[in-house]
Amino acid sequence: MRQLKPVNVVIAGGGWVGLTMAKEIASRTSLSVVVLERGHSWKEQYATGMDELDFAFRYRMMQNIAEETSTHRHSLKSSAAPIRQYGSFNPGTGVGGAGEHWAAISYRYPPEQFTLAAFLQNRFGKARLPEGLAVQDWGVTYDQLEPYYWSAEQLMGVGGKAGNLNGKKIDGGNVFEGPRSHEYPLPPHKQTYLTTEFEKAVRGLGYHPYPIPAATLSRTYTNPDGVTRPACAYCGYCTRFGCMIGAKAQPSNTLLPVLQKKKNFELRTGCWVRRVIHRDGKAEALSYIDAVGQETVQPADIVIVASWTLNNSRLLYLSKIGEPYDPATGKGTLGRNLTHQVGVQTRMFTDKTLNGFMGAGALGMGIGDYDWNQGIEAFPGVLRGGNIRAMGSGEGPISSFGAIPQGTAKSDWGSQWKKAALAWHDKTTNIVSEADHLSYRDHYLDLDPTYADKFGDPLQRMTLDWTDHERAQGAMLAQIHNQIAKAMDMRTGGATRWLDKYTVTNYQSTHVNGGAIMGTSPDTSVVNPWMQHWQMPNLWVMGASAFPQNSSGNPTLTILAVTLRGADGLIDKYLKRPGALL
Amino acid sequence: MKRREFMTLPASGLGGVLLYTLAGEPFRVQAQEGTVRVPLRFFTAAEARVVTAACERIFPKDESGPGATEAGVVIYIDRQLAGPYGRDKYRYTQAPFVESVPEHGFQGKENPREIYRAGIKQLGDFADLKPDEQDQRLRAIETSRFFRMLRQHTLEGMFSDPMHGGNAGLIGWQLIGYPGPLMSFRDQIDKVHGQPWTRKPVSLAQVTGRPVKGWEDEKD
Repeated sequence: MRQLKPVNVVIAGGGWVGLTMAKEIASRTSLSVVVLERGHSWKEQYATGMDELDFAFRYRMMQNIAEETSTHRHSLKSSAAPIRQYGSFNPGTGVGGAGEHWAAISYRYPPEQFTLAAFLQNRFGKARLPEGLAVQDWGVTYDQLEPYYWSAEQLMGVGGKAGNLNGKKIDGGNVFEGPRSHEYPLPPHKQTYLTTEFEKAVRGLGYHPYPIPAATLSRTYTNPDGVTRPACAYCGYCTRFGCMIGAKAQPSNTLLPVLQKKKNFELRTGCWVRRVIHRDGKAEALSYIDAVGQETVQPADIVIVASWTLNNSRLLYLSKIGEPYDPATGKGTLGRNLTHQVGVQTRMFTDKTLNGFMGAGALGMGIGDYDWNQGIEAFPGVLRGGNIRAMGSGEGPISSFGAIPQGTAKSDWGSQWKKAALAWHDKTTNIVSEADHLSYRDHYLDLDPTYADKFGDPLQRMTLDWTDHERAQGAMLAQIHNQIAKAMDMRTGGATRWLDKYTVTNYQSTHVNGGAIMGTSPDTSVVNPWMQHWQMPNLWVMGASAFPQNSSGNPTLTILAVTLRGADGLIDKYLKRPGALL
Repeated sequence: MKRREFMTLPASGLGGVLLYTLAGEPFRVQAQEGTVRVPLRFFTAAEARVVTAACERIFPKDESGPGATEAGVVIYIDRQLAGPYGRDKYRYTQAPFVESVPEHGFQGKENPREIYRAGIKQLGDFADLKPDEQDQRLRAIETSRFFRMLRQHTLEGMFSDPMHGGNAGLIGWQLIGYPGPLMSFRDQIDKVHGQPWTRKPVSLAQVTGRPVKGWEDEKD
């Protein structure tokens, strides 16, 4: 074992959260900061990485699932099986983490999300809420987060159209969003034929279309740190790929250029963190296997855990930090409030060619008329809605081939099917939705009793299933999808059955949350609203693991906002008076 | 070391372009009398013959255009199986292997190589049957893990970049009007509305102007 000299701050994970914390600390203080990243740097591979097979089908930028995965079971009573191949979510690896291969859709969460427990009780009354609901307040309000949302939007160069500027509603933006202090840093993306037709149709139906907020730059942009990136070229190789020109905001092109100039910053790749070493309520070091396989210990004054959601709670479990949650008694906090996101899509067919291979990950139009708290009155049993959008994200030639209207061919192979697939090729798309995923008492994470990772450490076990609420959300959204398709003169093809049972083989989104949640009390949360561990003040556990439930919309912007606020807490408060902030 | 086996494919439609996809192979591709001899990495020549015939039934040459044989799909599959994917380098394969609910996906122990070997064996004298009989035999195994893989790999071999061994001469991309991984559609995206935008397709190597390698060809 190799024992290194102590540093001031050591960070597990080199994605958006870890590198944002590193940038804030290394820029604003003279503290030494070391980031440990499990993977390697991808950057030089982006230029030759426009290959659908390796990147989208062989998951080249994802953690190697052969080395570590999770197990899943549907309920406390059913048995778990390992997730053996990628399906419902794709954790990234390498410098930048999942922030390299993301779609760059950059929503804010609505104000009531942060005090959702009280909000739902006021609106529906306790009696109408489902049994076992575990929704909690975040311990931070939208108003407190607003300046940090604005910082995150400037950092990445988000393009969009404000629908609520200081309380004034503006047509053309999302009029249902919370008040913004500023218009977006950049205008929206160019729109495709599909998204333009979607906009016309939903407007005709009386809805309120808005361009999807995008961190794939609509123009050349220089952020407040002086980092300049070029405008998006709409090449279509975006989600599951790194951007070959740096137009998509990624930690590697947005944070690293600043960090690389800092003498007090060091990035170590190929370093697999296995334990937080601690004694007497104080974190002392991170222990890891380095790039040549040597067990190494890096002591530090401050330890920040900033890996992908599920790895955060797992690292706490393996390090024996905090009291494991017990769903039978409701006691303990570690592992509670596991959520994902409620994804629904409806296949549509048109007689026009869509050129679906062009696009940007975050290019699209959406409506908020059935999102969050909107439009749900007519749908008994629905407590929270979801966005509805048409996207021009760029579809590869393999994945886009083969969808045909039901009944067009007897099977999915052979001459008859081939002819139909060719006839409908590039004339089909999905209307897609993502809805709030509420947290429930029986949905949580613990260590699996059977399966282990490549080192022999137990895997984490997810206990998660869809409930009647998510099925009601899905039914509502599918009904509106069909209404919009009709207004667009498109035929719909086949109902989605994704929400019958939670399925690890169908892609939902990589928006998995919880396990080390933030909140107002150490009895019901792992970290305080600054994402400082309640019982271990020099340990910070940051990222979507802190979300007590999930909103609709993509989480990265909110992850950045709570992280930037956490950085202020650490730098402006903790460093001045080390100890528990609350 | 096992003696390298070859398969013979008709050069018509793929001759020159197949030579291109095989660039970098340590074997000399021999073109003679309208056929090319391709070195195999995983399949035996007899196995390659069965897979070629089965892929052709999944994606046949017909009046709508070329099929799997012309695209060199079998070469694509041969390389995938010979590489890390074929031996499950990117799948969680720790025991115990248990039967589980369908929502947990494939839980078996067998890797793609083993699934193919067993599946091909089951197809027997497939390559010598008439197309109708071949279809019947495939229909009987339509829901098997082997067939679902074979179907998926056929599409991958049709429509992936030719660096992986299939889509010979970009024949698959021509068929669907895909122009290749061009670096920019900035001038087209909001202007070409409702009409197909097509170009003679180009491969990633042509776009970047330098040789590119698939993951299966990298040292691991």
